[in-house]
Amino acid sequence: MQQLSNRHLLGIKDLTENDIQLILETADNFKEVINRPIKKVPSLRDVTIANIFFENSTRTKLSFELAQKRLSADIINFAASSSSVSKGETLIDTVNNILAMKVDMIVMRHPYAGAGIFLSKHINAQIINAGDGAHEHPTQALLDAFSIRQKYGDVAGKKVVIVGDILHSRVALSNILCLQKLGAEVMVCGPTTLMPRYIKELGVKVEHNLRKALNWCDVANMLRIQLERFEIKYFPSIREYSMMYGLNKQILDSLDKEITIMHPGPINRGVEITSDVADSKQSIILEQVENGVAVRMAVMYLLASQYPLV
Amino acid sequence: MLHKPLLSSPKFDLTIKRLCYQLIENHNNFSNTVIIGLQPRGIYLANRIKEELSKILPKAHIDCGDLDITFFRDDFRRRESPLVPNATNINFIIEGKKVILVDDVLFTGRTIRAGMDAMLAYGRPKKVELLVLVDRRYSREIPIEPDYIGIQVDSIASQNVRVSWKETEGTDKIELITEK
Repeated sequence: MQQLSNRHLLGIKDLTENDIQLILETADNFKEVINRPIKKVPSLRDVTIANIFFENSTRTKLSFELAQKRLSADIINFAASSSSVSKGETLIDTVNNILAMKVDMIVMRHPYAGAGIFLSKHINAQIINAGDGAHEHPTQALLDAFSIRQKYGDVAGKKVVIVGDILHSRVALSNILCLQKLGAEVMVCGPTTLMPRYIKELGVKVEHNLRKALNWCDVANMLRIQLERFEIKYFPSIREYSMMYGLNKQILDSLDKEITIMHPGPINRGVEITSDVADSKQSIILEQVENGVAVRMAVMYLLASQYPLV
Repeated sequence: MLHKPLLSSPKFDLTIKRLCYQLIENHNNFSNTVIIGLQPRGIYLANRIKEELSKILPKAHIDCGDLDITFFRDDFRRRESPLVPNATNINFIIEGKKVILVDDVLFTGRTIRAGMDAMLAYGRPKKVELLVLVDRRYSREIPIEPDYIGIQVDSIASQNVRVSWKETEGTDKIELITEK
């Protein structure tokens, strides 16, 4: 298989293992491209892409935009906060108006789960989900898998623990699905209140003790507490959470092996991870950001290639 | 399928040796020249030429790299089968150097056009030359002509020219393949 099985990237759930491998292998080539003196290739020069962000983003938006520019695509940016959405326009109307400007591909972030899936049923353009509510964030999972693969050579057989706010995290769900499809073992760790009720049905291990989880794993992916999605209090205080589930140098040094630390960003230093850990040699947080551009280039390249001009 | 042999050993080896001597005439000891083989099939020829040159000029240091042109092709989104990228390995600077682009078969010239584009991402060379093992003449779609030619072949578009290598196929030969 040298082509993706789906014409959108809505979630890792829709991808096969072959699709994921194809994306990672293509990303290898783009990683080499973005380390050249001239980092641009003309592949997507006849493709127009709209970045539609109904929710705030720094990394993902910049990363997508840079990936699009490196592929020579034409891009338009749209942020909901400064648009007519606040005047009461519906999602489909907004997007159809953008499509009337002859756009081929849409990168969308939306606060509601399933927004991308909904859109894909009503419009013609190819859609890339850049995060929908607490549902999925597929490109983040792909770049995390790419970073693990780069560090260890292979994802299969690796033990990965995802620590923190699993309940509100789209990164957690996409990561679990992606890592499992690639043959890794996944554990989630966090307070009981921040565990989704049916988490065990995903086939992951659940652990509430951070030290035990870290002793088990090869890679720890630390998640941010998504306070903006909290409707009730899930734990007594940030300080208490940090004492129970925050990763600091002391715990890290007391483990019998050297584990790799990842974080999807943005980091709340001193809450889920202390500065000395985030900036340590074991952390590959900034490599994740670099890999993000290569992985997103691969995704857009592969999607565009299956939609022939003639 | 009809396979018509065009070149095999020992003439194959002689042709490569002859190309090497032609290169030396223009590039002396290769101190200011680099060789770039185009992926996927040009790299075998580039490696063979480098090997042969090293035998003739044992003291010379010859830079030789592989260049993938997939992302620079002009038929992306215009062809049925997907384009599969290959690795690029260029560990030297081409700025101000003489570059010899190497490919096995020259047909329409579109691969070479993409190759020149891809190469420019690594700098501005002083001069670019083209070396091919097989020139399928009278079939160009772009005004590109080689500087060094192994053999010239008259063929029609539906035919295929295949170069096999000792390293991958077990034997060195060039065949003209006609679909029946």
